[in-house]
Amino acid sequence: MFSGFAITGQSVAFFLISLFVIACGVLLLSLRKVMYMAMAIGGVFIGVAAVFLMLEAEFLAFIQVLLYAGAITIMLLFAIMLTRHDEVEMPQKLTAHPVWAAIGAAGLGFIVLWAVKFSGVKWPTPSAESPWQGEDNVKLIGESLFNQYVIPFELVSVVLIVALVGAITLAKKEEE
Amino acid sequence: MLSVEQFLTLAAILFCIGLYGALTKRNIIIVLVSIELMLNAANINLLTFARFGLVPAINGQVFTLFAMTIAAAELAVGLAILIALYRNRNTSDVRDQDLMKW
Repeated sequence: MFSGFAITGQSVAFFLISLFVIACGVLLLSLRKVMYMAMAIGGVFIGVAAVFLMLEAEFLAFIQVLLYAGAITIMLLFAIMLTRHDEVEMPQKLTAHPVWAAIGAAGLGFIVLWAVKFSGVKWPTPSAESPWQGEDNVKLIGESLFNQYVIPFELVSVVLIVALVGAITLAKKEEE
Repeated sequence: MLSVEQFLTLAAILFCIGLYGALTKRNIIIVLVSIELMLNAANINLLTFARFGLVPAINGQVFTLFAMTIAAAELAVGLAILIALYRNRNTSDVRDQDLMKW
């Protein structure tokens, strides 16, 4: 499949990381206890942060660890603890629904893999040296964010405050 | 030497895992998590083309930053809805949430 694939430290690291990510994803699907599923998703988030590092997005890798592996996983654990934390998913009976879901997901996967690999699309050959030539990733993102994207940045802050207030209003206990 | 295809393949596999989980899981929290998985796969694709694309640019990373922010806001609202649902109906099973089903 990967013809002419040279074994370098980078590619070995990539395969180990992707193996970890996919293993955690499969664990998420196969585990029965909701608590363990939340732990598996934490593993996926950390693995994706490592993939971000390989893509030379150091700032985003850091944000991924902070936001996803830290905040979101803990928030999920809180939500699980506040609802039914000892819940166990029963092994599913083989009805039509999960079969169709599996066929749909696998079909989409095959279409995408075919488009990536075998459709003859010429992907740009990656340059070995970084396109940013050792410039500080955080500085580049900051400059872009506060020059070119300053209006979307402000709009995102509005979205965040609306989401915060909305979440509190929704989760608040209604008065009798 | 890294190639574009391997990152796209990883993202596609991750997306399909998320899709299957979102379609079949019973617990609402796990469904939300599966959606986050799909968003993460999309983020990997964005960063791949920001680094290895025809015109490498920092814009892809900024876009990913926005996508992560919106995903976090979405998850916060989703969990708040989940808490409200659990309080009212005392279940966190998707199949029981059929109040708006036709």
